[in-house]
Amino acid sequence: MHDADFEIAVESLSKIEGHANLVVSVHEDRVVDARLEIDESKRFYTQAIRGKPYAALPQMVSRICGTCSTAHLLCSMEAVEEAVGIVPSEQVMTVRKLAMYAAWIRDHAMHLYFFSLPDLLGKDSALEFDGKEHELLHDALKVKGAGNRFAKLIGGRAVHPTYFQPGAVTRLPKKEEAKATIKELREIRPMVLKLIDLFYHSGQEFHRTTHFAAVVNNDYSFCGEEIMLSSGMSVKEDDYFNHLMRVVLPYSTATGFAFEGSAFMVGALARMDLNRGSLHPDTKKDASQPMSAFPTKNIFRNNLAQAIEILHAIDASCEILERTDFKEEQPAKPQRKGGVGMAAIEAPRGILFYQVDVGEDGLVRDGTLVIPTQQNQINMVKDMKTVVQANIRKDHEEIRKELEALIRAYDPCMSCASHFLKIKWVKA
Amino acid sequence: MARKLKAGFFSFTGDEGCMIVLLELISDRFDELSQKMEIAYWHVLRSKKWRDINDFDVAIIEGAVSTNGEVERLKDIRSRAKKVVAVGSCATTGAPSNHRNFFDERRLGEIDSVIRRFGYREKVQPLKDFVKVDDEVPGCPVMEEPFLQVMQKYFKEFGVG
Repeated sequence: MHDADFEIAVESLSKIEGHANLVVSVHEDRVVDARLEIDESKRFYTQAIRGKPYAALPQMVSRICGTCSTAHLLCSMEAVEEAVGIVPSEQVMTVRKLAMYAAWIRDHAMHLYFFSLPDLLGKDSALEFDGKEHELLHDALKVKGAGNRFAKLIGGRAVHPTYFQPGAVTRLPKKEEAKATIKELREIRPMVLKLIDLFYHSGQEFHRTTHFAAVVNNDYSFCGEEIMLSSGMSVKEDDYFNHLMRVVLPYSTATGFAFEGSAFMVGALARMDLNRGSLHPDTKKDASQPMSAFPTKNIFRNNLAQAIEILHAIDASCEILERTDFKEEQPAKPQRKGGVGMAAIEAPRGILFYQVDVGEDGLVRDGTLVIPTQQNQINMVKDMKTVVQANIRKDHEEIRKELEALIRAYDPCMSCASHFLKIKWVKA
Repeated sequence: MARKLKAGFFSFTGDEGCMIVLLELISDRFDELSQKMEIAYWHVLRSKKWRDINDFDVAIIEGAVSTNGEVERLKDIRSRAKKVVAVGSCATTGAPSNHRNFFDERRLGEIDSVIRRFGYREKVQPLKDFVKVDDEVPGCPVMEEPFLQVMQKYFKEFGVG
């Protein structure tokens, strides 16, 4: 006999970035409430950045999130550069692309091997992979290790990289270092192909209609000036924020963002939907069959999209490292004292946006940021309701598993989320 | 089976970058460390709850203490662990998670509703202000070699490996 009234509560959902609780309430067999609660303390960066020298801002906001630090660092840097009229050289942008490719490899590998693969294989943890699965644990360590060493070469450190400054990179990869990196990236390539195959055949499904949004460009890198929507609309990165609307979620204390009034989704699935034509030729060739899964309305395909992006990051990085002769150069200088700058980039989890206002004294007057998880929030909460409603007659443990796997497929980052959430208290 | 160091990994107020560094460090030396260390609790790796474990050899903690709830949790973890290691700048000094300690009146006014509603403390503080901390490893993010040295010390002390 099942209960018509119950609550599915997942306290401190494991295997995601940061800490969140999931709560779904059911009354007379109908889902009446769903909450994605952020279980992190705020650190008030919006207030803290005011009055800081602009050049110090990127290192400071890098600390918003240890997982996404490279994305916060490079996005805020681009905004600061635009504010004071610094135009980074082509070489600087190339090195930054490498840094973000390394971040994609590390981050996606963490999410796929450690967070999502256990759901797929019916294990609680990657540490429990045994028998044939043990090879996957071995792959996970190799792929993560290669991404980590690559990130360290390009940025000095994998978390809070130190080689990047407005208009400059303070250390460039040497020839022999680039060679060693190419060799290591090529070694993990077959493992990544195996990972792609695994998620291509996962059989996990949750179909929903939504809009996608992603930065589009011709090399599937993290940066570009144009943001494309699956509705066919396109906006300039500087105009992106004007189209976003903060929405208080019904039956919830959380807020999310809508684009032109509609819920939407960012991240690997959105990039694959809108920009897959720009993937590296080697990636297209070796992942042609899995790529036939796109376009799709299946949210679980976000996992497959991430796996293909690891391959692209490897292929694109190897090509850059092979063809580039890095040369010392002078840092680009600011052309004015202050101004407003905006930037949108593709962080591993989707569009990250910064707006920075720098005063004539070179100090930050104000700043705004929009993070990926915030843009996916409306869909995530809605889908929590849908998945519980669809499985309402099943055993609670089974419902909980379905719910957890779906939220993990969205790959939320709660360290970032702790920063953005404005809590609005609805009076009863 | 040989004795392993029973470890839990915990996050308090911070960006959780130290845990990322430690996970990558352990991944890199997995063959060696998995023989010597049992990861009994780590939120990013398994669903097991720390409240179900009361015999940690070592609690490895990142992040600063910002709320009253965190003080309670920290004391609870301390009571379940033979050793407590504070890793990273937030856990050992409070910074950079303690920006609000230095806010002027205007900024404090802006954040006041959150501070009061969620039981935030007046100041953000390091772990040692509330519990006995056996070892500290500095860095933002945490430095890898000094962390390994502390672990090696415990492996010896606990007769592991």
